Amino acid sequence: MERRFSPVLFAALCLGIAVLYVPILVLIAYSFNASALVSVWGGFSTQWYAELMHNRQILDAALLSLEVAVASSTAAVLLGTLAAIALVRFARFPGRLMLTGMVNAPLVMPEIITGITQLLLFVSMLQMFGWPHRGFTTIVIAHIAFCTAYVTVTVQSRLQSADRSLEEAAMDLGSSPAQAFVEVTLPIIAPALISSWLLSFTLSLDDLVISSFVSGPGASTLPMVIYSKVKLGVSPDVNALASLIICIVGSCVIAAGYFMRRQEKQRLLEMQIAERG
Amino acid sequence: MRLLERPGRWLIILPPLLFLTVFFLIPFAFAFKISLAETAPRVPPFTDIFTHTPDGHIQVSVSLANFKYLLTDEVYGIAYLYSLKTAFFSTLICLALGYPMAYAISRASKTTQSILLLIIILPFWTSFLLRVYALEGIIRDGGILNTVLLKLGLISQPLKIMRTSIAVYLGIIYSYLPFMVLPLFATLEKLDNTLLEAAADLGSPPWRAFLDVTVPQSIPGVIAGSMLVFIPAVGEFVIPSLLGGPDNLMIGRVLWDEFFGNHDWPVASAVAIAFLFLLAGPIAIYQYYNTRQQEA
Repeated sequence: MERRFSPVLFAALCLGIAVLYVPILVLIAYSFNASALVSVWGGFSTQWYAELMHNRQILDAALLSLEVAVASSTAAVLLGTLAAIALVRFARFPGRLMLTGMVNAPLVMPEIITGITQLLLFVSMLQMFGWPHRGFTTIVIAHIAFCTAYVTVTVQSRLQSADRSLEEAAMDLGSSPAQAFVEVTLPIIAPALISSWLLSFTLSLDDLVISSFVSGPGASTLPMVIYSKVKLGVSPDVNALASLIICIVGSCVIAAGYFMRRQEKQRLLEMQIAERG
Repeated sequence: MRLLERPGRWLIILPPLLFLTVFFLIPFAFAFKISLAETAPRVPPFTDIFTHTPDGHIQVSVSLANFKYLLTDEVYGIAYLYSLKTAFFSTLICLALGYPMAYAISRASKTTQSILLLIIILPFWTSFLLRVYALEGIIRDGGILNTVLLKLGLISQPLKIMRTSIAVYLGIIYSYLPFMVLPLFATLEKLDNTLLEAAADLGSPPWRAFLDVTVPQSIPGVIAGSMLVFIPAVGEFVIPSLLGGPDNLMIGRVLWDEFFGNHDWPVASAVAIAFLFLLAGPIAIYQYYNTRQQEA
């Protein structure tokens, strides 16, 4: 059957994409507005970007957010990959149903509920064991929990489509099961690991609600600072900061997408060659 | 089974299982416990449920006062209903917008498809908070939308969108649209084209084939997408807080104010627990369709 766009479908697609993109483009355009009044166009200027570089509060918050994001996405990729291996490779084990539930629930659980319940846990733990103090540690733990869910789902679908016979061939040739996994399957699922690390990184960098609950005095992440500024209304320096974050994250995503597509093509090519030879 | 010997399996299973149990599941038990306590002027600000009496017994003091309070103060009921209503209609609008988009993408050639998917996924990766903020720039009283409409002479005074229900709807639809499109695309892409050809051969006009073949087969995607929009939307905090007015009380906002404004942790916990019961049905539906799709 011939695949083609009807004009109605094409219009719907364009409308949807416009809805998604127009606000972001307008925001970026206004970040270069020389006027301090957000409604008036006062000419092109990069002054708001320059001012950001001198704002201690924003720089500190950005640094904390980056540290949290790196720590939690790295831990989440480790835990999430283990969970994905367990769910795909082990057909039955005690706790399987519970694990399935716990990796799917955070994807839909309203953040406000996750945030308040985790805070109450941390407070009770502090009372009982004297650990953890609210701040960096608690934010990282909370972020690992929801990032692990995203990693598991991403890696799981990749692992399901990976060809088991290659691993079996390696074992027939004398590899141990662990060795076969690391040398054969791990390279195949590597793109999924990279993309889930990046996904976790951006999710952690973006989180406002959960961080607000579990954070303590003195530990404000970037979204927390932005939220308190945005509460006061639209302002040119937030426009600049927002545009900067959107551009950095956007180019990371595009780069990751390009990288993974190339790797995928390379792999398909190698497999074709191997089949012919 | 073949991958590792049995004891080795637990090295793989235990770390994620233990971590998520301690830091995701057990917190709900603590929230439930604290929802049965009472506020107290101390740190942390609630009474103990279990206390040791001098003669060595453990005394349990629970109170359902917080849950009774939720029923008597009408602000909670109003907020629950308003949240459900807002989430429901936003989900319907997302479905109406997202279905044709997902359908169009699934009909495109493979190369166009991957570009279009990237275009849809990109906003999903970009900061949620910043996108809500970007929307505020469009719809506020002196924003682009009003400026353009005024210049064109279509309106004589700025439309009042900010701090109304309309702003909350726009915010939710704008933020959650990709969550609807992606699962819909996933099912529409797998659609069996031979069935459509068969329908055409048997004389069905394309719209009939669409209704009889495409729509029924895409139901799992419709449900997954709807739940991915509906459940987080009910609990949305950022959107009503930044775009809504004082009347647009959603439950997430009530919980936030109870916690950060009134410092009433037990009542906030009770709101969270009651909220969770309300969402148990939709979450179960989502889990059911999700596992079925994963196993398919």
